Amino acid sequence: MYFDNAATTRTKPQCVIDAVCDAMTSMGNASRGAHGSALSASRVVYHTRAKLAEMFHCKRPDHVILTMNATESLNIAIRGTIAPGSHVITTDMEHNSVLRPLYLLEKEKDVTLSFVRADKGGNVKPEQFEELITPQTKAIVCTHASNLTGNVVDIEAVGAICKKHGLLFIVDASQTTGVLPIDMEKMNIDILCFTGHKGLMGPQGTGGMCIREGVEVEVFKCGGSGVHSYDKEQPRDYPTRLEAGTLNGHGIAGLYAALNYIEEVGISAIEQKENSLAMRFYEGIRHIDGIRIYSDMKAKQHTGVVALNIRDYDSAMVADALSEDYDMATRAGAHCAPLMHQALGTTEQGAVRFSFSWFNTEEEVDAAIAAIRELAEE
Amino acid sequence: MREKTLQLVISFSSTAHAMAVEKYCLEHDLPGRLIPVPKEVTAGCGLAWKAALSEKEILLEAFEKENITYDGVYEVLLR
Repeated sequence: MYFDNAATTRTKPQCVIDAVCDAMTSMGNASRGAHGSALSASRVVYHTRAKLAEMFHCKRPDHVILTMNATESLNIAIRGTIAPGSHVITTDMEHNSVLRPLYLLEKEKDVTLSFVRADKGGNVKPEQFEELITPQTKAIVCTHASNLTGNVVDIEAVGAICKKHGLLFIVDASQTTGVLPIDMEKMNIDILCFTGHKGLMGPQGTGGMCIREGVEVEVFKCGGSGVHSYDKEQPRDYPTRLEAGTLNGHGIAGLYAALNYIEEVGISAIEQKENSLAMRFYEGIRHIDGIRIYSDMKAKQHTGVVALNIRDYDSAMVADALSEDYDMATRAGAHCAPLMHQALGTTEQGAVRFSFSWFNTEEEVDAAIAAIRELAEE
Repeated sequence: MREKTLQLVISFSSTAHAMAVEKYCLEHDLPGRLIPVPKEVTAGCGLAWKAALSEKEILLEAFEKENITYDGVYEVLLR
């Protein structure tokens, strides 16, 4: 049984697998020629951009940049927009894919950082962001939901603060795309970074970023683009500016199929199912003696993640027992979220993270509840 | 060499713009197809939209109306 969907969704819709196989027998290189095979790749790539733009309310499909994953998108966004000496606000809830690029800017470019502190429940409030703004503040970089607890940040309220103060707003939507609705316009998001292999249910090695019109992200790599070949510099037009080299066309074909699948099923149906599975699990374990739950399950919005510990047991030991004795995949340890573990007081023990997906069932959740009960009684 | 006639060629600065035109034209039953950019055309993108010269007005009007981005409009002798 697979409960590690916050790391990657292991079960993919069959149409995703079929699309990758088809692409591997038919697709040429996108943007490299006008023969049928190259055009079929260019079409899939463009249709994927258009579908992502529609899903996230990005006005321009050509401002949808396709990358390897959310980490690559966040590195491009953070390093390509934040000038030396700037002040940036971020949060305790971030993954290292936000924190490490920011720490590097701190070291290399005299960028100063302020952190919105998470409370003991692992939540941040929008007004905390506003309190940290200084005349030097240029950007807020913030996750939409914690990968550790599934707690959601009120991105629309933070976006409104960015708009009010003229700040660039970069959002890490790794945990929410395909699970919660995202509207770049309504939420005032300047750069939305996401991965393709989690909630979007596409192949690994796919991801992207949607850039609002007028936002300039600097080139981070140069090379073949299939356009303006006699220019010495990387073309300035998006998406070419940020996409040197051959794209992961086969993976993108899978992502496109996944997006169509999600459109058919509906994001609200996915949100509802994942929430109901997480709630069922929470209700089933919350009264077991010795269980501590870190996810804020009473919040208005939540992803399908429940993080817990049993007494003072090492989370790695619990996850190993779940794997070995019950054949259940969960994630223990630090989850690349060091500040969130500090906020929750779990740096030593770590936490056991259950994360449910569209393809999990109530029967599986019930088996997980029974396993936790048994382990807690040991 | 095959006989050539004067044809409409529309160029683009990026592949994404070319693909946007193809998607729009297919969806709206507008004429033409993508071709490799002929040498007479100065363009950043290696793809161009080719159609009969008589379709020029209908295509450009549609692009204007839909705010579709393209680079240049050419009349080129092509087979």
